Amino acid sequence: MKINLDFGAILERWPSFVSGAIMTLELAVIATVLGTAIGVLGAIARRSGHPVATRVAAFYVESIRNTPLLVQIFLVYFGLASLGVKFPAFTVAAAALTINVGAYTTEIIRAGFDAIPKAQIEAAEGLALSKPQIYWHVVMLPAIEKVYPALTSQFVLLMLASSVTSQISAEELTAVANYIQSDTYRAFETYILVAIAYVALSLVMRAGFYGLGLVMFPRRRRLGTPL
Amino acid sequence: MSDIANVATGATVVALTNVHKSFGPLKVLDGVTFDVARGDVLCIIGRSGSGKSTALRCIDRFETIDSGEIVVCGRKVHDPALDLRALRQDVGIVFQSYNLFPHLTIEENITLAPTCVKGTSKAEAREQARAALAQVGLSDKIQHYPEQLSGGQQQRAAIARSLAMRPKVMLFDEVTSALDPELTGEVLKVIEGLAADGMTMVMVTHEMGFARSIADRVVFMHRGKVHEHGTAAVLTTPTTPELAQFLGTGL
Repeated sequence: MKINLDFGAILERWPSFVSGAIMTLELAVIATVLGTAIGVLGAIARRSGHPVATRVAAFYVESIRNTPLLVQIFLVYFGLASLGVKFPAFTVAAAALTINVGAYTTEIIRAGFDAIPKAQIEAAEGLALSKPQIYWHVVMLPAIEKVYPALTSQFVLLMLASSVTSQISAEELTAVANYIQSDTYRAFETYILVAIAYVALSLVMRAGFYGLGLVMFPRRRRLGTPL
Repeated sequence: MSDIANVATGATVVALTNVHKSFGPLKVLDGVTFDVARGDVLCIIGRSGSGKSTALRCIDRFETIDSGEIVVCGRKVHDPALDLRALRQDVGIVFQSYNLFPHLTIEENITLAPTCVKGTSKAEAREQARAALAQVGLSDKIQHYPEQLSGGQQQRAAIARSLAMRPKVMLFDEVTSALDPELTGEVLKVIEGLAADGMTMVMVTHEMGFARSIADRVVFMHRGKVHEHGTAAVLTTPTTPELAQFLGTGL
Protein backbone atom coordinates (compact mmCIF):
# COMPACT_ATOMS: atom_id res chain seq x y z
CA MET A 1 0.00 0.00 0.00
CA LYS A 2 1.46 3.26 -1.05
CA ILE A 3 -0.24 6.61 -1.27
CA ASN A 4 1.03 8.61 -4.13
CA LEU A 5 0.53 12.30 -3.51
CA ASP A 6 1.41 14.87 -6.12
CA PHE A 7 0.53 18.47 -5.37
CA GLY A 8 2.44 19.96 -8.31
CA ALA A 9 -0.44 20.40 -10.74
CA ILE A 10 -2.67 21.72 -7.98
CA LEU A 11 -0.27 24.20 -6.49
CA GLU A 12 0.11 25.73 -9.93
CA ARG A 13 -3.54 26.73 -9.62
CA TRP A 14 -3.01 28.67 -6.40
CA PRO A 15 -4.55 31.92 -7.71
CA SER A 16 -7.87 30.09 -8.13
CA PHE A 17 -7.66 28.78 -4.57
CA VAL A 18 -6.98 32.26 -3.29
CA SER A 19 -9.89 33.81 -5.15
CA GLY A 20 -12.16 30.98 -3.91
CA ALA A 21 -11.01 31.51 -0.34
CA ILE A 22 -11.64 35.23 -0.65
CA MET A 23 -15.18 34.63 -1.88
CA THR A 24 -15.81 32.23 1.01
CA LEU A 25 -14.63 34.88 3.43
CA GLU A 26 -16.77 37.51 1.72
CA LEU A 27 -19.84 35.29 1.99
CA ALA A 28 -19.08 34.71 5.68
CA VAL A 29 -18.59 38.40 6.44
CA ILE A 30 -21.74 39.49 4.61
CA ALA A 31 -23.87 36.81 6.26
CA THR A 32 -22.35 37.56 9.67
CA VAL A 33 -23.05 41.28 9.48
CA LEU A 34 -26.55 41.01 7.99
CA GLY A 35 -27.34 37.91 10.05
CA THR A 36 -26.49 39.78 13.25
CA ALA A 37 -28.84 42.59 12.24
CA ILE A 38 -31.61 40.09 11.49
CA GLY A 39 -30.87 38.28 14.73
CA VAL A 40 -31.21 41.42 16.82
CA LEU A 41 -34.46 42.43 15.13
CA GLY A 42 -35.77 38.86 15.24
CA ALA A 43 -34.97 38.53 18.93
CA ILE A 44 -36.70 41.84 19.70
CA ALA A 45 -39.72 40.72 17.67
CA ARG A 46 -39.88 37.34 19.46
CA ARG A 47 -39.80 39.05 22.83
CA SER A 48 -42.06 41.95 21.91
CA GLY A 49 -45.29 40.28 22.93
CA HIS A 50 -46.84 41.72 19.79
CA PRO A 51 -49.02 38.90 18.45
CA VAL A 52 -48.08 39.31 14.78
CA ALA A 53 -44.38 40.14 15.23
CA THR A 54 -43.89 37.24 17.66
CA ARG A 55 -45.52 34.73 15.31
CA VAL A 56 -43.74 35.96 12.19
CA ALA A 57 -40.39 35.70 13.97
CA ALA A 58 -41.21 32.26 15.37
CA PHE A 59 -42.33 31.00 11.95
CA TYR A 60 -39.11 32.28 10.37
CA VAL A 61 -36.88 30.71 13.00
CA GLU A 62 -38.64 27.34 13.02
CA SER A 63 -38.89 27.01 9.24
CA ILE A 64 -35.17 27.71 8.84
CA ARG A 65 -34.04 25.55 11.73
CA ASN A 66 -36.04 22.57 10.48
CA THR A 67 -34.96 22.50 6.83
CA PRO A 68 -31.56 21.74 5.28
CA LEU A 69 -29.37 24.62 4.17
CA LEU A 70 -29.02 23.14 0.68
CA VAL A 71 -32.78 23.09 0.23
CA GLN A 72 -32.98 26.72 1.43
CA ILE A 73 -30.33 27.71 -1.10
CA PHE A 74 -32.25 25.99 -3.90
CA LEU A 75 -35.48 27.65 -2.79
CA VAL A 76 -33.90 31.08 -2.99
CA TYR A 77 -32.13 30.25 -6.26
CA PHE A 78 -35.09 28.74 -8.10
CA GLY A 79 -37.61 30.96 -6.35
CA LEU A 80 -35.96 34.08 -7.73
CA ALA A 81 -35.54 32.42 -11.13
CA SER A 82 -39.25 31.57 -11.30
CA LEU A 83 -40.03 35.23 -10.67
CA GLY A 84 -37.99 35.96 -13.77
CA VAL A 85 -35.26 37.67 -11.77
CA LYS A 86 -31.73 36.61 -12.51
CA PHE A 87 -29.12 37.34 -9.84
CA PRO A 88 -25.47 36.32 -9.85
CA ALA A 89 -24.79 33.10 -7.93
CA PHE A 90 -22.80 35.07 -5.36
CA THR A 91 -25.77 37.28 -4.51
CA VAL A 92 -28.08 34.31 -4.19
CA ALA A 93 -25.56 32.48 -2.01
CA ALA A 94 -25.08 35.52 0.25
CA ALA A 95 -28.85 35.98 0.56
CA ALA A 96 -29.49 32.32 1.39
CA LEU A 97 -26.69 32.17 3.97
CA THR A 98 -27.91 35.40 5.57
CA ILE A 99 -31.46 34.09 5.84
CA ASN A 100 -30.14 30.86 7.31
CA VAL A 101 -27.80 32.30 9.91
CA GLY A 102 -30.27 35.05 10.82
CA ALA A 103 -32.61 32.42 12.25
CA TYR A 104 -29.94 30.81 14.44
CA THR A 105 -28.69 34.24 15.48
CA THR A 106 -32.22 35.25 16.47
CA GLU A 107 -32.35 32.37 18.93
CA ILE A 108 -28.88 32.98 20.33
CA ILE A 109 -29.45 36.70 20.84
CA ARG A 110 -32.87 36.05 22.32
CA ALA A 111 -31.19 33.87 24.92
CA GLY A 112 -28.81 36.76 25.61
CA PHE A 113 -31.70 39.20 26.05
CA ASP A 114 -33.47 36.77 28.36
CA ALA A 115 -30.33 36.52 30.49
CA ILE A 116 -30.41 40.23 31.38
CA PRO A 117 -31.88 40.57 34.88
CA LYS A 118 -35.23 42.32 35.00
CA ALA A 119 -33.80 44.60 37.69
CA GLN A 120 -31.41 46.10 35.13
CA ILE A 121 -34.34 47.11 32.97
CA GLU A 122 -36.23 48.48 35.97
CA ALA A 123 -33.24 50.61 36.92
CA ALA A 124 -33.12 51.98 33.38
CA GLU A 125 -36.87 52.64 33.39
CA GLY A 126 -36.48 54.40 36.71
CA LEU A 127 -33.99 56.74 35.00
CA ALA A 128 -36.68 57.63 32.43
CA LEU A 129 -34.93 55.93 29.51
CA SER A 130 -37.22 55.01 26.63
CA LYS A 131 -37.68 51.41 25.49
CA PRO A 132 -35.39 51.77 22.45
CA GLN A 133 -32.79 53.52 24.60
CA ILE A 134 -32.95 50.68 27.13
CA TYR A 135 -32.47 48.06 24.42
CA TRP A 136 -29.60 49.99 22.87
CA HIS A 137 -27.68 51.19 25.94
CA VAL A 138 -28.54 48.74 28.70
CA VAL A 139 -29.57 45.41 27.20
CA MET A 140 -27.79 45.00 23.88
CA LEU A 141 -24.12 44.89 24.78
CA PRO A 142 -24.36 42.77 27.95
CA ALA A 143 -26.72 40.40 26.11
CA ILE A 144 -24.31 39.96 23.21
CA GLU A 145 -21.43 39.61 25.65
CA LYS A 146 -23.21 36.74 27.39
CA VAL A 147 -23.71 34.81 24.14
CA TYR A 148 -20.60 35.96 22.28
CA PRO A 149 -18.87 32.55 22.24
CA ALA A 150 -22.04 30.85 20.96
CA LEU A 151 -22.54 33.59 18.40
CA THR A 152 -19.02 33.49 17.00
CA SER A 153 -18.95 29.72 16.71
CA GLN A 154 -22.26 29.92 14.84
CA PHE A 155 -20.63 32.29 12.35
CA VAL A 156 -17.59 30.05 11.89
CA LEU A 157 -20.00 27.17 11.33
CA LEU A 158 -21.74 29.29 8.72
CA MET A 159 -18.45 29.94 6.93
CA LEU A 160 -17.83 26.19 6.74
CA ALA A 161 -21.40 25.56 5.62
CA SER A 162 -21.00 28.08 2.80
CA SER A 163 -19.26 25.26 0.89
CA VAL A 164 -22.76 24.05 0.07
CA THR A 165 -23.27 27.08 -2.16
CA SER A 166 -20.90 25.41 -4.63
CA GLN A 167 -24.07 23.59 -5.69
CA ILE A 168 -25.37 26.76 -7.33
CA SER A 169 -21.94 27.54 -8.78
CA ALA A 170 -21.00 30.36 -6.45
CA GLU A 171 -17.26 30.38 -7.08
CA GLU A 172 -16.17 29.92 -3.50
CA LEU A 173 -13.48 27.65 -2.19
CA THR A 174 -15.25 24.31 -2.57
CA ALA A 175 -16.54 25.13 -6.06
CA VAL A 176 -13.01 26.07 -7.11
CA ALA A 177 -11.76 22.79 -5.69
CA ASN A 178 -14.37 20.89 -7.65
CA TYR A 179 -13.18 22.44 -10.90
CA ILE A 180 -9.53 21.84 -10.12
CA GLN A 181 -9.90 18.21 -9.19
CA SER A 182 -11.91 17.47 -12.32
CA ASP A 183 -9.21 19.16 -14.39
CA THR A 184 -6.24 17.56 -12.70
CA TYR A 185 -7.69 14.21 -11.54
CA ARG A 186 -5.91 14.88 -8.24
CA ALA A 187 -9.01 14.80 -6.06
CA PHE A 188 -7.45 13.70 -2.76
CA GLU A 189 -4.67 16.29 -2.93
CA THR A 190 -7.15 18.99 -3.88
CA TYR A 191 -9.40 18.37 -0.91
CA ILE A 192 -6.46 18.09 1.48
CA LEU A 193 -5.50 21.60 0.44
CA VAL A 194 -9.07 22.79 0.68
CA ALA A 195 -9.40 21.40 4.20
CA ILE A 196 -6.24 23.22 5.22
CA ALA A 197 -7.58 26.40 3.64
CA TYR A 198 -10.83 26.11 5.65
CA VAL A 199 -8.87 25.65 8.84
CA ALA A 200 -6.91 28.79 7.98
CA LEU A 201 -10.12 30.71 7.30
CA SER A 202 -11.57 29.54 10.63
CA LEU A 203 -8.49 30.80 12.41
CA VAL A 204 -8.76 34.12 10.59
CA MET A 205 -12.38 34.46 11.68
CA ARG A 206 -11.65 33.50 15.27
CA ALA A 207 -8.85 36.03 15.42
CA GLY A 208 -11.20 38.62 13.96
CA PHE A 209 -13.87 37.89 16.57
CA TYR A 210 -11.29 38.04 19.34
CA GLY A 211 -10.20 41.49 18.12
CA LEU A 212 -13.80 42.63 17.75
CA GLY A 213 -14.47 41.43 21.29
CA LEU A 214 -11.63 43.58 22.59
CA VAL A 215 -13.21 46.62 20.94
CA MET A 216 -16.81 45.80 21.85
CA PHE A 217 -16.27 44.83 25.47
CA PRO A 218 -13.80 47.33 26.94
CA ARG A 219 -14.70 46.19 30.44
CA ARG A 220 -13.43 42.67 29.78
CA ARG A 221 -10.28 44.11 28.27
CA ARG A 222 -9.72 46.32 31.31
CA LEU A 223 -10.37 43.52 33.77
CA GLY A 224 -8.19 41.11 31.84
CA THR A 225 -10.93 38.68 30.88
CA PRO A 226 -11.36 39.16 27.11
CA LEU A 227 -13.77 36.89 25.27
CA MET B 1 -42.72 71.85 34.18
CA SER B 2 -42.23 75.22 35.81
CA ASP B 3 -45.33 75.05 37.98
CA ILE B 4 -44.03 71.77 39.36
CA ALA B 5 -40.55 73.10 39.95
CA ASN B 6 -41.93 75.97 41.96
CA VAL B 7 -43.72 73.88 44.53
CA ALA B 8 -43.39 75.83 47.75
CA THR B 9 -41.70 74.40 50.83
CA GLY B 10 -44.18 72.40 52.80
CA ALA B 11 -46.27 71.61 49.75
CA THR B 12 -47.24 67.99 49.21
CA VAL B 13 -44.91 66.22 46.80
CA VAL B 14 -46.23 62.69 47.13
CA ALA B 15 -49.78 61.81 48.12
CA LEU B 16 -51.36 58.37 48.25
CA THR B 17 -55.11 58.31 48.86
CA ASN B 18 -56.97 55.10 49.65
CA VAL B 19 -54.72 52.98 47.41
CA HIS B 20 -55.72 49.37 46.82
CA LYS B 21 -53.59 46.79 45.08
CA SER B 22 -53.83 43.02 44.80
CA PHE B 23 -51.55 40.44 43.24
CA GLY B 24 -54.17 37.91 42.16
CA PRO B 25 -56.07 36.89 45.29
CA LEU B 26 -53.44 38.44 47.57
CA LYS B 27 -54.40 41.88 48.86
CA VAL B 28 -51.14 43.80 49.23
CA LEU B 29 -52.34 47.36 49.71
CA ASP B 30 -55.66 47.77 51.46
CA GLY B 31 -56.59 51.42 51.45
CA VAL B 32 -53.20 53.03 51.96
CA THR B 33 -53.15 56.79 52.57
CA PHE B 34 -50.17 58.96 53.38
CA ASP B 35 -48.41 61.98 52.00
CA VAL B 36 -44.97 63.53 51.96
CA ALA B 37 -44.27 67.23 52.18
CA ARG B 38 -41.49 68.90 50.27
CA GLY B 39 -38.17 68.54 52.05
CA ASP B 40 -39.46 65.81 54.36
CA VAL B 41 -38.07 62.34 54.91
CA LEU B 42 -40.73 59.66 55.22
CA CYS B 43 -39.66 56.24 56.44
CA ILE B 44 -41.91 53.27 55.72
CA ILE B 45 -41.37 50.41 58.12
CA GLY B 46 -43.06 47.11 58.70
CA ARG B 47 -42.67 43.34 58.46
CA SER B 48 -41.69 41.61 55.24
CA GLY B 49 -44.85 41.20 53.20
CA SER B 50 -46.63 44.12 54.84
CA GLY B 51 -46.80 45.97 51.50
CA LYS B 52 -44.19 48.67 52.13
CA SER B 53 -42.06 47.99 49.07
CA THR B 54 -45.14 47.72 46.91
CA ALA B 55 -46.39 51.06 48.19
CA LEU B 56 -43.04 52.62 47.33
CA ARG B 57 -42.95 51.07 43.86
CA CYS B 58 -46.46 52.37 43.15
CA ILE B 59 -45.15 55.92 43.57
CA ASP B 60 -42.87 55.46 40.56
CA ARG B 61 -45.52 53.30 38.86
CA PHE B 62 -43.46 50.15 38.84
CA GLU B 63 -46.75 48.70 40.02
CA THR B 64 -50.15 49.86 38.81
CA ILE B 65 -52.82 50.24 41.43
CA ASP B 66 -56.35 48.82 41.38
CA SER B 67 -58.06 51.83 42.90
CA GLY B 68 -57.31 55.02 44.77
CA GLU B 69 -55.19 57.99 43.83
CA ILE B 70 -51.49 58.73 43.75
CA VAL B 71 -50.28 62.24 42.98
CA VAL B 72 -46.55 62.88 42.65
CA CYS B 73 -45.17 66.33 41.87
CA GLY B 74 -48.58 67.31 40.57
CA ARG B 75 -48.85 64.26 38.26
CA LYS B 76 -51.68 61.78 38.56
CA VAL B 77 -49.77 58.50 38.72
CA HIS B 78 -52.99 56.43 38.72
CA ASP B 79 -54.07 58.00 35.43
CA PRO B 80 -53.45 55.53 32.56
CA ALA B 81 -52.61 58.52 30.34
CA LEU B 82 -49.72 59.52 32.63
CA ASP B 83 -46.50 60.59 30.92
CA LEU B 84 -44.43 57.88 32.58
CA ARG B 85 -41.04 59.16 31.52
CA ALA B 86 -41.85 62.67 32.75
CA LEU B 87 -42.81 61.20 36.13
CA ARG B 88 -39.56 59.26 36.30
CA GLN B 89 -37.53 62.39 35.59
CA ASP B 90 -39.05 63.87 38.74
CA VAL B 91 -38.62 60.73 40.81
CA GLY B 92 -35.32 58.99 41.52
CA ILE B 93 -35.37 55.42 42.76
CA VAL B 94 -32.60 53.34 44.32
CA PHE B 95 -32.98 49.60 44.78
CA GLN B 96 -31.70 47.04 47.25
CA SER B 97 -29.55 45.37 44.58
CA TYR B 98 -27.94 48.61 43.24
CA ASN B 99 -28.55 47.58 39.60
CA LEU B 100 -25.65 49.50 38.15
CA PHE B 101 -25.08 48.70 34.48
CA PRO B 102 -22.14 46.27 34.56
CA HIS B 103 -20.73 47.06 31.12
CA LEU B 104 -20.44 50.80 31.78
CA THR B 105 -17.94 52.66 33.96
CA ILE B 106 -19.32 54.52 36.96
CA GLU B 107 -19.06 57.73 34.95
CA GLU B 108 -20.96 56.20 32.02
CA ASN B 109 -23.57 54.82 34.40
CA ILE B 110 -24.20 58.33 35.67
CA THR B 111 -24.03 60.25 32.37
CA LEU B 112 -26.25 57.83 30.43
CA ALA B 113 -29.65 59.11 31.52
CA PRO B 114 -28.90 62.86 31.48
CA THR B 115 -27.48 62.66 27.93
CA CYS B 116 -30.17 60.31 26.60
CA VAL B 117 -33.20 61.66 28.37
CA LYS B 118 -32.47 65.33 29.00
CA GLY B 119 -30.18 65.95 26.06
CA THR B 120 -27.44 67.21 28.34
CA SER B 121 -24.12 67.59 26.50
CA LYS B 122 -21.45 64.94 27.19
CA ALA B 123 -19.13 67.51 28.79
CA GLU B 124 -21.83 68.88 31.06
CA ALA B 125 -23.03 65.41 32.01
CA ARG B 126 -19.46 64.47 32.97
CA GLU B 127 -19.27 67.57 35.12
CA GLN B 128 -22.53 66.58 36.82
CA ALA B 129 -21.24 63.04 37.30
CA ARG B 130 -18.13 64.38 39.02
CA ALA B 131 -20.27 66.54 41.28
CA ALA B 132 -22.66 63.69 42.11
CA LEU B 133 -19.78 61.34 42.89
CA ALA B 134 -18.15 63.94 45.11
CA GLN B 135 -21.45 64.17 46.97
CA VAL B 136 -21.39 60.44 47.72
CA GLY B 137 -17.64 60.35 48.35
CA LEU B 138 -16.62 58.30 45.33
CA SER B 139 -14.65 60.78 43.24
CA ASP B 140 -11.72 58.37 42.88
CA LYS B 141 -13.91 55.60 41.40
CA ILE B 142 -15.22 57.50 38.39
CA GLN B 143 -13.41 55.34 35.81
CA HIS B 144 -14.01 52.03 37.59
CA TYR B 145 -16.47 49.37 36.56
CA PRO B 146 -19.19 48.40 39.04
CA GLU B 147 -17.73 44.97 39.77
CA GLN B 148 -14.52 46.65 40.97
CA LEU B 149 -16.47 48.36 43.77
CA SER B 150 -17.69 47.08 47.13
CA GLY B 151 -21.42 46.76 47.74
CA GLY B 152 -21.54 50.01 49.70
CA GLN B 153 -19.63 51.83 46.99
CA GLN B 154 -21.92 50.42 44.32
CA GLN B 155 -24.95 51.56 46.25
CA ARG B 156 -23.51 55.05 46.65
CA ALA B 157 -22.77 55.12 42.93
CA ALA B 158 -26.38 54.12 42.28
CA ILE B 159 -27.51 57.03 44.46
CA ALA B 160 -25.22 59.37 42.49
CA ARG B 161 -26.70 58.04 39.25
CA SER B 162 -30.18 58.95 40.45
CA LEU B 163 -29.07 62.34 41.76
CA ALA B 164 -27.55 63.29 38.40
CA MET B 165 -31.08 63.38 36.99
CA ARG B 166 -31.88 66.12 39.53
CA PRO B 167 -35.04 64.42 40.85
CA LYS B 168 -37.54 66.27 43.01
CA VAL B 169 -38.09 63.25 45.21
CA MET B 170 -35.95 60.20 45.93
CA LEU B 171 -37.26 56.73 46.70
CA PHE B 172 -35.09 54.21 48.54
CA ASP B 173 -36.18 50.59 48.57
CA GLU B 174 -34.31 48.81 51.38
CA VAL B 175 -31.06 50.16 50.02
CA THR B 176 -28.89 48.81 52.84
CA SER B 177 -30.45 45.37 53.27
CA ALA B 178 -27.67 43.66 51.28
CA LEU B 179 -24.84 45.39 53.14
CA ASP B 180 -22.86 44.66 56.30
CA PRO B 181 -23.07 47.22 59.16
CA GLU B 182 -19.96 49.12 58.11
CA LEU B 183 -21.05 49.50 54.49
CA THR B 184 -24.58 50.28 55.65
CA GLY B 185 -23.13 53.15 57.66
CA GLU B 186 -21.40 54.72 54.67
CA VAL B 187 -24.59 54.58 52.59
CA LEU B 188 -26.72 56.00 55.40
CA LYS B 189 -24.25 58.86 55.79
CA VAL B 190 -24.87 59.79 52.16
CA ILE B 191 -28.62 59.70 52.71
CA GLU B 192 -28.22 61.87 55.80
CA GLY B 193 -26.36 64.39 53.67
CA LEU B 194 -29.22 64.44 51.17
CA ALA B 195 -31.72 65.02 53.97
CA ALA B 196 -29.61 67.91 55.26
CA ASP B 197 -29.67 69.39 51.74
CA GLY B 198 -33.47 69.31 51.85
CA MET B 199 -34.11 66.44 49.44
CA THR B 200 -37.61 64.99 49.69
CA MET B 201 -37.26 61.29 50.36
CA VAL B 202 -39.36 58.20 50.88
CA MET B 203 -37.49 55.23 52.20
CA VAL B 204 -38.41 51.70 53.02
CA THR B 205 -36.00 50.59 55.69
CA HIS B 206 -35.29 48.10 58.43
CA GLU B 207 -32.72 50.41 60.04
CA MET B 208 -34.79 51.56 63.00
CA GLY B 209 -32.04 53.61 64.61
CA PHE B 210 -31.49 55.45 61.39
CA ALA B 211 -35.22 56.02 60.88
CA ARG B 212 -35.45 57.40 64.39
CA SER B 213 -32.72 59.95 63.69
CA ILE B 214 -33.62 60.99 60.15
CA ALA B 215 -37.38 60.57 59.65
CA ASP B 216 -39.73 63.55 59.75
CA ARG B 217 -42.60 61.14 59.39
CA VAL B 218 -42.89 57.40 59.93
CA VAL B 219 -45.46 55.08 58.39
CA PHE B 220 -45.82 51.64 59.95
CA MET B 221 -47.48 49.25 57.55
CA HIS B 222 -49.23 46.13 58.73
CA ARG B 223 -51.26 43.75 56.56
CA GLY B 224 -51.50 46.21 53.68
CA LYS B 225 -52.70 49.09 55.80
CA VAL B 226 -51.07 52.12 57.37
CA HIS B 227 -51.34 50.88 60.92
CA GLU B 228 -49.59 53.76 62.59
CA HIS B 229 -48.47 57.11 61.25
CA GLY B 230 -46.65 59.90 63.00
CA THR B 231 -43.36 61.58 63.69
CA ALA B 232 -40.19 59.65 64.53
CA ALA B 233 -41.45 59.64 68.12
CA VAL B 234 -43.73 56.68 67.32
CA LEU B 235 -40.56 54.61 67.08
CA THR B 236 -39.80 55.36 70.71
CA THR B 237 -43.33 55.39 72.05
CA PRO B 238 -45.53 53.31 69.77
CA THR B 239 -49.26 53.60 70.35
CA THR B 240 -50.34 50.29 68.84
CA PRO B 241 -49.36 46.86 70.20
CA GLU B 242 -48.41 45.72 66.66
CA LEU B 243 -45.81 48.44 66.25
CA ALA B 244 -44.55 47.85 69.79
CA GLN B 245 -44.15 44.17 68.99
CA PHE B 246 -42.48 44.94 65.64
CA LEU B 247 -39.99 47.21 67.36
CA GLY B 248 -39.40 44.63 70.06
CA THR B 249 -40.29 47.10 72.79
CA GLY B 250 -43.63 45.57 73.72
CA LEU B 251 -44.44 42.63 75.96
